[in-house]
Amino acid sequence: MADAKQNELKVFIEEYLKKDNPDSYLIAVLHKAQEIYGYLSKEIMDFISETMNIPSAHIWGVATFYHYFNLNPRGKYVISVCLGTACYVKGAGEVMEALKDELKIKEGETTPDMMFTLQGARCLGACGLAPVIMINGKIHGDLNPKKVTELIKSYKQTK
Amino acid sequence: MITDKFKNNFSGVNFFEKQQRIALRNCGMIDPENIQDYIYNARGYEALAKVLTEMKPADVVEEIKKSGLRGRGGAGFPTGMKWEFTAKEKNPEKYVVCNADEGDPGAFMDRSAIEGDPHSIIEGMIIGGYAVGSSKGIVYIRAEYPLAVERLYKAFDAARKEGVLGDNILGSGFNFDIEIRLGAGAFVCGEETALINSIEGKRGMPRSRPPFPAASGVFAKPTLVNNVETWANIAAIIIEGAEWFSKIGIDKSKGTKVFALAGKIKNTGLVEVPMGTTLREIVYDIGGGIPDGKKFKSVQTGGPSGGCLTEDFLDTKIDYESLAAAGSIMGSGGMIIMDEDSCMVNIARYFIEFTQSESCGKCVPCREGTTRMFEILDRITEGKGEDGDIEKLERLGNVIKQASLCGLGQSAPNPVLSTIKNFRQEYEEHINEKKCRANVCEKLVNYYVTDKCIGCGACKRACPVNAIEGKVKEKHKIDLAKCIKCGRCYKTCKFDAIKKDSAVLENI
Ligand SMILES: Cc1cc2nc3c(=O)[nH]c(=O)nc-3n(C[C@H](O)[C@H](O)[C@H](O)COP(=O)(O)O)c2cc1C
Ligand code: SF4
Ligand code: SF4
Ligand code: SF4
Ligand code: FES
Repeated sequence: MADAKQNELKVFIEEYLKKDNPDSYLIAVLHKAQEIYGYLSKEIMDFISETMNIPSAHIWGVATFYHYFNLNPRGKYVISVCLGTACYVKGAGEVMEALKDELKIKEGETTPDMMFTLQGARCLGACGLAPVIMINGKIHGDLNPKKVTELIKSYKQTK
Repeated sequence: MITDKFKNNFSGVNFFEKQQRIALRNCGMIDPENIQDYIYNARGYEALAKVLTEMKPADVVEEIKKSGLRGRGGAGFPTGMKWEFTAKEKNPEKYVVCNADEGDPGAFMDRSAIEGDPHSIIEGMIIGGYAVGSSKGIVYIRAEYPLAVERLYKAFDAARKEGVLGDNILGSGFNFDIEIRLGAGAFVCGEETALINSIEGKRGMPRSRPPFPAASGVFAKPTLVNNVETWANIAAIIIEGAEWFSKIGIDKSKGTKVFALAGKIKNTGLVEVPMGTTLREIVYDIGGGIPDGKKFKSVQTGGPSGGCLTEDFLDTKIDYESLAAAGSIMGSGGMIIMDEDSCMVNIARYFIEFTQSESCGKCVPCREGTTRMFEILDRITEGKGEDGDIEKLERLGNVIKQASLCGLGQSAPNPVLSTIKNFRQEYEEHINEKKCRANVCEKLVNYYVTDKCIGCGACKRACPVNAIEGKVKEKHKIDLAKCIKCGRCYKTCKFDAIKKDSAVLENI
């Protein structure tokens, strides 16, 4: 799998290997790998293990400790439902339920057609619009179960 | 005065009248991506120049001590003392860390401070480095804040070009540079020893203290950790003087505090108020009160480590000691207002679910204890509460507080214990009468059809247990004895004819 993506990751890692305490940049490397590949597969972690000379088990331990890292591929649209306190108080729980119903997946899962990934998030900094969700970086606010169902339907149509 | 800009712009506007901005003095006032704007229009890097030319490191520590500034990350430890501990260490290599992990799930103060005015934080850190004898700065920031990260990188570059960051700063011979370390979505990493492990590329598990970071932190070197907002105050204190700062606020809490005001309140957003302002002033004068004619129920501060206070506490002054005495904490600045439509048992369940899932698992009381508390609360909100549950929660909560290693566990029971203390009746209603007065807990409300019904029959077809009866074009009715409270009819009705209410016992 010596391809362009792997090369990009390799160049990135080698920059850090020149610094003091190179092992401490593991999290930065995992961020970069996820940015390039979209998620962290076992192969990718093995490659990082070889290149950085860190045991795979340690890398696995770190990757699974932090919620930000995905171990599975994600859908075309990533839906982050803010479950921050302000949104929760204004009904984020119901919005999440409506999304689960509509997409027929649980929190943290991706639809079989790889269109939607559903995840919970913390305060997105838009509490004034609570409850809010973010779809691929775009904020949608002032939602309720009905509005959010309509919104997802419109995404389904644009594909 | 360094804070005048804000005042002159917004005096006369209710939302701003009672605010005083020190930490956020430049946010929205200058272009955060333009260092010249910071330098020429906000007296930027003037404090740094003053420190490097007129003050010895020990003078700087003394000035911060005299100001009375305390940590804004939650615990309120005196900043000057922490600087003194780190400065005293003999190691030639030390670290200065900015904690921008912002763990409270319902707040965004630190993010806004960095996005709106990155240079104030950078300047604060350089001054801190000079004071404690460190040349290495690290900003530990959440990966979920890409714009803040981008602004920081841009600001570093600009600062290096201006000669205020890097080697031989302003020709003084003092070197200091800053790098960024990204967090990866673990609440516990906001705790300083977990944060240090995370900086070292490890799982973010807290370490036991002592040794404190001041003695042995990042890579076992003496380390000074302060919160974003703490750093944002430094340059202002140096320019205007410790005496000026210590005149703002009250007693043991000096200066201002930033809050992210949200929830059931008219004006939401960031507010910065002098210490000693009352909760009432924030809720009513700044926040504009509760919208839609609803009744105030509770104010929550301190997020998952804090507590919920009732109306009786609205005259509590905002300072570390008063909030703690009232049964909550200052926290890092989350402030959520709740009205009569919020269920306090459900809120307690929400916070414990959060801490339970964020517990790093290192110690049993926190890991298992929060799980048990969550199970009990979940049961209560599902209508399966039992006699003795409240006492069980109290007992568990007290054990977790006493026996946990780090602040996460030590404070995790607070939202539950404070709601039990202040809203015990609501717990009792859930357990004994299977009622949720706020109509939030799905399994405790009763669904019923109102006169708005046009008899379309959609709900009847949707009901999985045939609990709905009615003829076409006539008002339908729900048989509450049969209803399993799945909510499907409620979601199906296009005419807003189905309502839910704990108090309704029969559909007539
Ligand atoms: C579970 C937990 C989470 C924390 N999260 C944060 C945080 O997100 N930001 C922060 O500055 N401090 C946080 N703290 C407090 C830090 O441990 C530390 O006290 C603080 O960064 C010190 O800075 P200060 O003295 O300037 O407040 C947290 C503490 C605990 C126990
Ligand atoms: S109290 Fe909780 S979060 Fe802290 S070390 Fe123990 S298990 Fe980990
Ligand atoms: S769906 Fe609504 S309008 Fe139609 S029968 Fe049921 S309650 Fe009446
Ligand atoms: S809540 Fe569910 S079970 Fe009850 S009447 Fe409505 S559809 Fe039927
Ligand atoms: S809590 Fe959802 S945007 Fe702040």
